[in-house]
Amino acid sequence: MATASSPDALADATRDETSLRRFLHGLPGVDQVGVEARAASLGTRSIKKSAKLQAIDTAISMVDLTTLEGADTRGKVRALAAKARRPDPDRPDTPPVAAVCVYPDMAATAVEALRGTDIGVASVATAFPSGRSSREVKLADVRLAVEAGATEVDMVIDRGAFLEGRYGFVFDEIRAVKEACGEAHLKVILETGELATYDNVRRASWLGLLAGGDFIKTSTGKVSPAATLPVTHVMLQAVRDWYTATGQLRGVKPAGGIRTTKDAIKYLVAVHEVAGEEWLTPSLFRFGASSLLNDLLLQRRTQHDGHYSGPDYVAVD
Amino acid sequence: MSVWEYAPAPESRDLANLQPAYRPFIDGAFVDGGGDPLTSINPATEEPLAEVGTASASDVDIAVRAARAAFDTVWGPMPGAERAKYLFRIARLIQERSRELAVLETLDNGKPIKESRDSDVPTAAAHFFYHAGWADKLDYAGYGPDPKPLGVAGQIIPWNFPLLMLAWKIAPALATGNTVVLKPAETTPLSALVFAEICQQAELPAGVVNIVPGAGDIGSTLVRHPGVDKIAFTGSTAVGKEIQHALAGTATRLTLELGGKAANVVFDDAPLDQAVEGIVNGIFFNQGHVCCAGSRLLVQESIAEELLGKLRARMSTLRLGDPLDKNTDIGAINSAEQLAKIRELTASGEADGAERWTSPCELPERGFFFAPTVLSGVEQSMRVAREEIFGPVLSVLTFRTPDEAVTKANNTPYGLSAGLWTEKGSRILWLADRMRAGVVWANTFNRFDPAAPFGGYQESGFGREGGRTGLEAYLDV
Amino acid sequence: MSDRVSVAKTYKLYIGGKFPRSESGRTYPVTDASGAFLANASHASRKDVRDAVSAARKAFGGWSGATAYNRGQVLYRVAEMLEGRRAQFAAEVSACEGISAADASSVVDASIDRWVWYAGWTDKVASVLGAANPVAGPYFSFTVPEPTGLVGVLAPQSSSLLGLVSVLAPVLATGCTAVVVSSADRPLPAITLSEVLATSDVPGGVANVLTGRADELGPWLASHADVNAIDPTGASAESRVDIARAASGTVKRVLRVPDAEPDWTQRPDISRLRRYLEAKTVWHPKGA
Repeated sequence: MATASSPDALADATRDETSLRRFLHGLPGVDQVGVEARAASLGTRSIKKSAKLQAIDTAISMVDLTTLEGADTRGKVRALAAKARRPDPDRPDTPPVAAVCVYPDMAATAVEALRGTDIGVASVATAFPSGRSSREVKLADVRLAVEAGATEVDMVIDRGAFLEGRYGFVFDEIRAVKEACGEAHLKVILETGELATYDNVRRASWLGLLAGGDFIKTSTGKVSPAATLPVTHVMLQAVRDWYTATGQLRGVKPAGGIRTTKDAIKYLVAVHEVAGEEWLTPSLFRFGASSLLNDLLLQRRTQHDGHYSGPDYVAVD
Repeated sequence: MSVWEYAPAPESRDLANLQPAYRPFIDGAFVDGGGDPLTSINPATEEPLAEVGTASASDVDIAVRAARAAFDTVWGPMPGAERAKYLFRIARLIQERSRELAVLETLDNGKPIKESRDSDVPTAAAHFFYHAGWADKLDYAGYGPDPKPLGVAGQIIPWNFPLLMLAWKIAPALATGNTVVLKPAETTPLSALVFAEICQQAELPAGVVNIVPGAGDIGSTLVRHPGVDKIAFTGSTAVGKEIQHALAGTATRLTLELGGKAANVVFDDAPLDQAVEGIVNGIFFNQGHVCCAGSRLLVQESIAEELLGKLRARMSTLRLGDPLDKNTDIGAINSAEQLAKIRELTASGEADGAERWTSPCELPERGFFFAPTVLSGVEQSMRVAREEIFGPVLSVLTFRTPDEAVTKANNTPYGLSAGLWTEKGSRILWLADRMRAGVVWANTFNRFDPAAPFGGYQESGFGREGGRTGLEAYLDV
Repeated sequence: MSDRVSVAKTYKLYIGGKFPRSESGRTYPVTDASGAFLANASHASRKDVRDAVSAARKAFGGWSGATAYNRGQVLYRVAEMLEGRRAQFAAEVSACEGISAADASSVVDASIDRWVWYAGWTDKVASVLGAANPVAGPYFSFTVPEPTGLVGVLAPQSSSLLGLVSVLAPVLATGCTAVVVSSADRPLPAITLSEVLATSDVPGGVANVLTGRADELGPWLASHADVNAIDPTGASAESRVDIARAASGTVKRVLRVPDAEPDWTQRPDISRLRRYLEAKTVWHPKGA
């Protein structure tokens, strides 16, 4: 069965649990070998010189600088925020990052530390990372973040419910979270490592988009495998198909396991060639990362200075 | 970021170690050829690359005699285990010199460096590696306890995969104990002559491999030479028929790998995005200069619109240009002659009523280039559905049912390959049974491996290359 | 120059890609054919067997999951490394087996060629042993040979290199992983071979070599529930029956070997390849 190609068909799809299941199961399958081959092939693009510099700066501007540890303190979050504002103090022309990403009880600290900037404060929510709790608790988690001033909310879907086939339940939950977000942007974390198949990633992507997510996000970063190129590829295809069907632009965020500039550039190539150049902007693509930023800064210096740099030259956060 | 242009990323031309002149390789040495020298040009720039000495009829005779002597006195008596080690050496040397060979191949042929680097050269090395291991195991190949080689093999190869086609020919021939005289294509002789150098580096005994550059007349001389026991030809169906005609009634063994007009069949339950990839790969890989290219897209009518939309979107991301640029997807057409053929046939398609859509890419000012093109609304009776275009042009037809797909796919005197796209396993196997093609690719396309036999039905030729089956071509069985 | 003191090599076990001593701390003296002391070899214990089996099992997924082509490349690389050390091996074999330098060189050459023979089998055995099955129904049925898993190998007592190569290479060629107990009295070439394996892109744990006594360790390998097949070549005649009985407890595949060590210089057949492969038959309907 072909993918739906009109907004009417999509409205029909979400009418009830049965329709939703039929729609999601009717999406074309994803051939694992084929998608992995294409992702690998795109990974051989040679991005050099001006193209590389442009990519590095773009990638920096797309970073959601993240700390999600049990040991996070207000001090840690303030240090992160300082880094977000000024990633490389010796190179003031370095772009700032897109946002910082923290746990909900740290959101207020982040908001305060970033006052006066355009850098977003993203907070995880809905019993991140497992998503294993009641609807009531999850929504309270969202409200905690939003009331603290978070401008973005990164929720997790209920993977258990998804794997049980209770798509309507998952859909309703995303809807409810979206409502609780108010003005804040919603990113829907699929936790692709737990969904296991590309077919499921495609279905979950569509589910997240149908339910109103502004972004679909690969992972919590707490489970391995986290983001991979092929998975991101499938999600980029989904937002592209969504755009073709509805005219709406939605975003994609790979998170976890992206550590080097080389990796980041491969992701940007995928964005460019799978979704399209309209997606090469922080409002439609983000990197959920922590150590990636320093590698981007080092590579930026290397491109500008003409020699290899070293870790002592960029600040730890 | 508004527009992200990939900066030029050229591979260094110097790596090809281009010489001003190349010469035939006969009886272990590079010798002056008696034929008129030809100039090999770079089809992407139309610039001359090098002068290449060609063989005369008497050079061919000397080469055949050298091959015979080597067969009788050195290679024939040599135990398989020792022959194997020469072939392993050659495989390793190809791997060692892979970058040089890839750049040279791109300069001479016009194909993107990405393809020569990632596909042609590694697969060529793999063919030698694989066949090396058969040299001392022929009693296990299913041809009896002690199958014997044929003797001297004359081999004629085309310009579309110069080094790879050389590997497909020479590796099994040598592994089974034959010696060879090989004529590379007129427009792409260079990698074959560097291969001859590799034979020297491997200390391959003189006369086991001989390379005689030249045009069609030299191929004809080789075919008709009474001193060859076997002819292996890859090229056009027209020339293949001539060769078969010339050898009719003689004792010379023959295998042919000719043209095709493969159907790439997409069902409504195909993994759509990967099917699009497979279609693109099937017809635009190597600029469509592939005998087994998926040049006919047979799409189930119910999804035709949607598929074509995705196909056009995907084609718009194809990068056409300097083959030496690592980001180039579509390189140059191999010659002015071939470009003219492609243009003529494509125009005929439009004239016959097909709708033409061409990818919006800029063509370089010089060089032989043709933008990827889709002709939709094609019917079985049009020339573009029947004749091999051998270029980046896809003809699109529709079908309603599996039976109709089979009928249309088989409605051709060719039978080299076929592609099938459906997630239903039983349908794949049912279709595979019914496709009259020597190679069936299900949910993939253009997959080659030395262990997997390759070859066609009907006018796509006879004989197989690769695998246990491929050894037969060079054994007296 | 003749006053220079040489640096003597310590011979340890090869487990999981590393060279540990036996956990038992035991060693035993190894002498040359005339009785002169060569080295103290590690005397492997059942716990070393246990650790080696664990390492071999860990390595099995990656090794059997690699393409046959890749395995062939790795094994050919081993041959390249062996070739580079011809002189070293020849000296060791000559000392261990008490044969002339010339004969030892021939043995080493034959060992390298034997290894190359097996390297060339990795991507061919499926074509030779597998099949499409012409069943009487609308089904596609095919049979593919798959590696059985972990093979315990008791290497020959007498032929310290050629025999060793002949029993180890087929295990690796089929995609299985190995735990080898070397010749007891002639163990040194086995450790030098291990050094070659360690520097040839063979992943750690794919081959594990224990120097020690086949009759002591054989029964432990044979009864170990995580070992899939046994080659009892190096076991004494009496011990072989015990080993076969121990193997029956987990229905292991036991290679049938002649009572006396064969002439290893003869080209082998593919019975070892067959023994370490399981035939898997798959069916799928054919229908539109």
